[in-house]
Amino acid sequence: MDSLAFYGVPVASRLLLGTAQYPSPSILKDAIERSQADILTVSLRRESTGGSGGREFWKLISGMGCKILPNTAGCHSAKEAITTAEMARDVFDTDWIKLEVIGNADTLQPDVFGLVEAARELSAQGFKVFPYTTDDVIVGEKLLSVGCEVLMPWGAPIGSGKGLNNRFALKAMRAHFPTVPLVIDAGLGVPSHAADAMELGFDAVLLNTAVAKAGDPVMMAEGFALAVKAGRLAYRAGAIEARDMAVPSTPVFGQPFV
Amino acid sequence: MKIAVIGAGVMGLVTAHHCALRGGTVTVYERRAEAGRGCSWYAGGMLAAWCEMESAEPLIGELGFESLAYWKTHFSHVVEKGTLVIAPPRDLPDLKRFAARTTAHQWIKRDEIAALEPDLADRFETALFFDREAHLDPRETLAALKTKLIDEFGVSFVMDHAVTAEDCDADYVFDCRGFEARDALHDLRGVKGEMLILRTKEVSLSRPVRLLHPRIPVYIVPRADHHFMVGATMIESGDRTRFSARSMVELLNAAYAVHPAFGEAEIIEMGTDVRPAFADNLPRIRRDGKILRLNGLYRHGYLGAPALARRAAEIVFEQKSFPEVER
Repeated sequence: MDSLAFYGVPVASRLLLGTAQYPSPSILKDAIERSQADILTVSLRRESTGGSGGREFWKLISGMGCKILPNTAGCHSAKEAITTAEMARDVFDTDWIKLEVIGNADTLQPDVFGLVEAARELSAQGFKVFPYTTDDVIVGEKLLSVGCEVLMPWGAPIGSGKGLNNRFALKAMRAHFPTVPLVIDAGLGVPSHAADAMELGFDAVLLNTAVAKAGDPVMMAEGFALAVKAGRLAYRAGAIEARDMAVPSTPVFGQPFV
Repeated sequence: MKIAVIGAGVMGLVTAHHCALRGGTVTVYERRAEAGRGCSWYAGGMLAAWCEMESAEPLIGELGFESLAYWKTHFSHVVEKGTLVIAPPRDLPDLKRFAARTTAHQWIKRDEIAALEPDLADRFETALFFDREAHLDPRETLAALKTKLIDEFGVSFVMDHAVTAEDCDADYVFDCRGFEARDALHDLRGVKGEMLILRTKEVSLSRPVRLLHPRIPVYIVPRADHHFMVGATMIESGDRTRFSARSMVELLNAAYAVHPAFGEAEIIEMGTDVRPAFADNLPRIRRDGKILRLNGLYRHGYLGAPALARRAAEIVFEQKSFPEVER
């Protein structure tokens, strides 16, 4: 039984999907279905679900039968992120929050100092915090110490599509936190990047741009779903070690040790 | 045949025109005191069927090509100078993606950019040029269309008067109310847009310029008398009143990135309204007895309305059917 749970809630899919930037709500809906994602991230700021706002959009998202993980995308300080999280709790009726505290509007790097501060405050208020962080293990430890039970390190800068930028740090992070659910949160471009992350033992991946901005987002959603499954199977199966020389599968005469 | 059109935005006026062209006796009803003051008023007026294919379905291209021909045939206001799509050097991947998703463009370099738009000389290394595209001034065009309908076709206008489709005394009623038609079209949603009109004599542009940027794709459309329309945000919301500070920052930032002289421009107008859209962002004709509801043009009002109106008129006058939009 290969199960995954966030804050004690079982999750059916290891692919988490963002809901921004799709060509239309219909295409978003089809992409979600094809991805078989079980958790959707939703940005509170832009889809303005309050009042008469994006009610139609919110209806579509909530009608998909997935768990909603509201995010604080675009927040630049702990205070702003906390306010957004509190609004999100009211609007989406969930205590889950994907916490983003952006340090620089241009590079979209997480401000890890503000992140820890906001995570402490939100955890104290009873939120289940999913922090978008770097691959720094000490920051990860601080986040766990203030109450986080999941870490979401970046693969590469948001929207860059570069894949796993620092495999060394990510492998170290996996080794350092063997039992904490780790989700690669940003920077993936193609399904092989997702398979790569899963093969390294990450528990799940979160995507948005790579699917939303693909030529055919629905087809790309399926591509990622298959890659995540393939990568997870490879991790569980246990991969062979790479080596520099060929390994003949039958003996070579005259070379007893080859 | 007696025709009633409800709504005097771009959808209503081109529908009135297509019906009048086929010999209909047309009355246009508008709840506001003047025509074209809904979201038609705030449009960019870009006849950019090829650029739109970056994210739109093929149907939009089909409607867009036909509508471009309509505007060129019936109005002298159409400016046929193409569209320039630019990106800062670091966002070259976005330009490549745009090129891969579209056709009928050419890659151009510094010198050619300078030849097309001298004020953008040395500001951008590469650009995409869509030479078959055109643009018009929506406000000027709708005023001219209304005059044409009255003078050439004897169309009646009943302004400042809200009517319901059911109460209209006509053989056929075309409901072209846009976002207001939610009472009859329950799956219609709003996509809010915010736009600015700036004025500066320090920059001249001959054609719409689109700036690609991961967060804020923005276009600038030159208008008469040193005016520039800068638009537009896309927000899932039915709110048509508030212009947020964030949107202002993003629009101005993008304009400044195209040319720093926009930083000194005068802000003439801040506009906001709601685009009516269905879930697939494609327009539809919904028929309910003698009522035809034309709606869901999303961000493709001037690009889609003439072609949609032609289909609606032919449904009524020639008993044709158009499954691609009758959904």
